[in-house]
Amino acid sequence: MGFLKVEDLKVHFPIKGGLFGRTVGNVKAVDGVSFNLEKGKTYGLVGESGSGKSTTGRAIIGLNHITSGKVLFEDKDITGVRRAKTDIRKDIQMIFQDPYSSLNSKKRVIDLVAEPLRNFEKMTRKEERIRVQELLELVGLNPESVLKYPHEFSGGQRQRIGIARAVALKPKLIIADEPVSALDVSVQAQVLNFMKEIQNELDLTYLFISHDLGVIKHMCDQIGIMYKGRFVEEGTSQEIFNDPQHIYTKRLVAAIPEIDPKKREDLKRFRQEVNTEYEQAYNDYFDEEGLAYGLKPISDTHLVALPEKG
Amino acid sequence: MAEKLLEIQNLKTSFRIRDDYFAAVDDVTLTVNKNEVLAIVGESGCGKSALAFSIMGLHNRAKIEGNILFKDEDIANIAPSKLNKLRGNKMGMIFQDPLTALNPLMEIGDQIGEALLLHNKELSKSKRKERVIELLNKVGIPRPEYVYEQFPHELSGGMRQRVIIAIAIANKPDLLIADEPTTALDVTIQSQILDLIKDLKDEMDSGIVLITHDLGVVAEMADRVAVMYAGQIVELADVDTLFEEPLHPYTRSLFNSIPNTAEKQDKLHVIQGIVPSLQNLPREGCRFAPRIPWIDNSAHEAHPELHEVKPGHFVRCTCYKHFSFPEHSKEEQQHGVS
Repeated sequence: MGFLKVEDLKVHFPIKGGLFGRTVGNVKAVDGVSFNLEKGKTYGLVGESGSGKSTTGRAIIGLNHITSGKVLFEDKDITGVRRAKTDIRKDIQMIFQDPYSSLNSKKRVIDLVAEPLRNFEKMTRKEERIRVQELLELVGLNPESVLKYPHEFSGGQRQRIGIARAVALKPKLIIADEPVSALDVSVQAQVLNFMKEIQNELDLTYLFISHDLGVIKHMCDQIGIMYKGRFVEEGTSQEIFNDPQHIYTKRLVAAIPEIDPKKREDLKRFRQEVNTEYEQAYNDYFDEEGLAYGLKPISDTHLVALPEKG
Repeated sequence: MAEKLLEIQNLKTSFRIRDDYFAAVDDVTLTVNKNEVLAIVGESGCGKSALAFSIMGLHNRAKIEGNILFKDEDIANIAPSKLNKLRGNKMGMIFQDPLTALNPLMEIGDQIGEALLLHNKELSKSKRKERVIELLNKVGIPRPEYVYEQFPHELSGGMRQRVIIAIAIANKPDLLIADEPTTALDVTIQSQILDLIKDLKDEMDSGIVLITHDLGVVAEMADRVAVMYAGQIVELADVDTLFEEPLHPYTRSLFNSIPNTAEKQDKLHVIQGIVPSLQNLPREGCRFAPRIPWIDNSAHEAHPELHEVKPGHFVRCTCYKHFSFPEHSKEEQQHGVS
């Protein structure tokens, strides 16, 4: 049984123009993306800004309208399920990027964390409070702080409140959209460790969206690299980082700064080589519109977007 | 012997909060030489940006004590009119966010031209345009004549950052201050921009103060590194020494908390507690002590000072001698917060 299956997902945004605001074209934010998520694993979606990685995540949970394609969750078709009170909404939750703007600053912690509980579960005030305190304890916050407001917490603590909200309904899948990008490295470490911990504890599956390849490598089992709304390569963490096949992936991996000043010169030379190769081979790897070709398997887990032979 | 360009002596920048002044930069002494990149590393709230803004005189209501000698002239607390002759001329600044740093209603060419005009009133309009196009070329913008007439929103993030750099180097500054120049950019663009800054530095022979939280960027760019915590420099060394043999507990903790791309580790190191806010800063004793409580108090100095452990390698406080990472307190660390 597949856990989450995304088939040929397309999200196009219309461009309105002309005298009567007619649709004059489409921005193809996501243009034919397919992948599978295994239960209990972490799948990383990587790409530069504008590559469509966040749109993919948002489309799965129903925050963006899906133009075509299918999303299957535990073999149920959940494409375009937009009604709030369905079980799907309980099973799939989201962690947002910015802990400063994703929490309502006028609500107390208890109201923030209890909001999903109030939507789906009938609890008395007392039960609710106990559950919220349990959740706060789980994410490493002081259970006494239920009456505080978001501004009384630091960035990392706020992100934990966001996580407490996401795990309140015991979801099966969490879509984490750049969960640590707004945080300092030491706080980032806290949140990442903690996400791994609750993954084991609650048997969670993550779809982890990030542009930070270091974080992706640390967290993910399987990785998909996106460029202009399409996948250019998919594989295990090992395959992507040690044996990248697509020229775009090679360039991306080469651009990661090395934490070793001694390798500075070598890395610069290597990067120049890759860049030259990228410019020369660009037409071989992308079609006339500059889009990636379809994925072709080169091993069981490793898929690369290569042109048709012949 | 390297030529000194900027010398900061006992700089203290304080902000007023409810009738009291709190020092965000507390007794910082630094030098920047010609053709050198000095990186200042730390997390948000450590005072690294406050330090950069103090050098450029960009703080509105801060109390600045100490000396900032730029080419042997003290520029701390001098009149804005005097400072304006230096800013954008002998001192340039590259800001973090290229979208907010540019004027959205002004053509690119005019924004760069403005920097030239302000410091050279005689430059004719045609000469100025020539110079701007030359600058756009230098920062690697394709089709500069076309970009000259474009607006910021028509350019990508990387291109905008190149425009910011063009403005900063318009008058061939001796000192460049780059405040998180690549934080808002993608990795591939980041490596291009860093290469550009490095090439320009060699060409103009200027000194660069690079403010960043990203140790990867430091490893790629810096000659010397100052690590800041809670308004103070806790460690200062050349880049190879610092990456090979970091001494201060804070520096070592920082290194341990970044995900390493070379090898996969199961858990990242977490620094206990949180960065104290400006009002709650411990002003006495070792400021990092509350975050390494397993280290005995006697390891810290009463008045921690920077010690030169090797030529050019400075470490604050004596606690580094007794520091080691705890082995089994991970659970505690996780939940020690709040």
